[in-house]
Amino acid sequence: MNSIELISENISKTYSGKVIFKNLSLKLAGGDSLTVLGRNGSGKSTLIKILAGLISANRGDLFLKENNVKVERGKWYSKIGLISPYLNLYDELSAVENLEFFCGLRDENGSDSKDRINSYLNKVGLYEKRNEPVKNYSSGMKQKLKLIFAVINEPKILFMDEPRTNLDSEGIKIVYETAESHRENGILIVATNDADDIELCSDSLNIEDYK
Amino acid sequence: MLLKNSYLVFKKDLSSELRTRYVINSLLMFVLVIISIIRFAIGDEKVDNEILTGLLWIAIFFTSVSGLSRTFVKEEEKETSFSLKLSTGSNSVILGKLFFNLILTFSLNLLILFLFVIITDYEIKNFSGFMIVIVFGNLGLVSASTIIAAIISKANSKGTLYPVLSFPVLLPLLITVINATKLASVGVETGKLLGEIQILLSYFIVVTVASLMLFKYVWED
Repeated sequence: MNSIELISENISKTYSGKVIFKNLSLKLAGGDSLTVLGRNGSGKSTLIKILAGLISANRGDLFLKENNVKVERGKWYSKIGLISPYLNLYDELSAVENLEFFCGLRDENGSDSKDRINSYLNKVGLYEKRNEPVKNYSSGMKQKLKLIFAVINEPKILFMDEPRTNLDSEGIKIVYETAESHRENGILIVATNDADDIELCSDSLNIEDYK
Repeated sequence: MLLKNSYLVFKKDLSSELRTRYVINSLLMFVLVIISIIRFAIGDEKVDNEILTGLLWIAIFFTSVSGLSRTFVKEEEKETSFSLKLSTGSNSVILGKLFFNLILTFSLNLLILFLFVIITDYEIKNFSGFMIVIVFGNLGLVSASTIIAAIISKANSKGTLYPVLSFPVLLPLLITVINATKLASVGVETGKLLGEIQILLSYFIVVTVASLMLFKYVWED
């Protein structure tokens, strides 16, 4: 069976001399899920960005292992899905163009990816507006599109940073369903300051305990 | 895989640009302004080809400096760089951006050259040699400008940093290309320009290889 592990050893991050967090260690494997808690500005998003390989920690080691073999950092992108407020898609392109572009980059072209794109767009209720430029979408619609972007390549590790942002109750339900289906096999990490989201994961850590 | 993804990044940049005209409109305006200024400054004076060559490269350099940084800066400003990072490797991104900048720069520089020849008495006696020099000069200019654009896109004061950083890196290229363009314009045979052409080609290869090796550190941090 294909196994995945995300391991951080004593990672620390400082910005302009200010400690965001220090000596944070964790070890997550397929089937594990973790909620990262903390107030606004406490460093939850920074931790997510570091764990997703988007920025570097100042100290400590971070590994991604697949079948016990370290994945080169430049290849992490193929294992990771992320939905977050600081990740945008291309406003001038339509939903279909955005998803075809990103699926193409992830080497998933042809009718298979088109079918999958249409199926996801249907699921989140964006199918009718699939050919409109994303700049015409409401914030909630953009968030749903970002959710598709995060899960369409079936990532081994799914990061959800404030996943409820701008979503209505139907959108939140879709986020919950997505999280539940993902955590069975992959790693799920949710950053939130909403107490209801704690239910999404089996473990939690408070980033403020690492100051 | 690398070429396919580079092509996809190039295609995305091109279709985004054609829809938003984020760079093209401002650059076209810039070209018209700079060409008009040159026209008004020269007036009815008879100007030597040597000076005109310098003016031509001033127009080309500043147009490139004002436009080429936008491809990376836009990704940072619109917060789309993370989605790109989560979808492909760094080399596909730099190559895709390089292809896009090459097409943009070649198109604009042909326009600059066309307008420049019309508004001045600029004579090009060895046209084939002249065009070879322009092509190789542009390759180096775009290659260096693209990696510098990637570096400055992470900085706060992007507008100021770009010309400051690019000038010393581009200086050897500019000195060579201006000299070779001048020689070709006064009719020196292409065979006698081989030294300059080799320098321009070497500059392009060295900077492109260095960009491919260094870009992942810029992109991944």
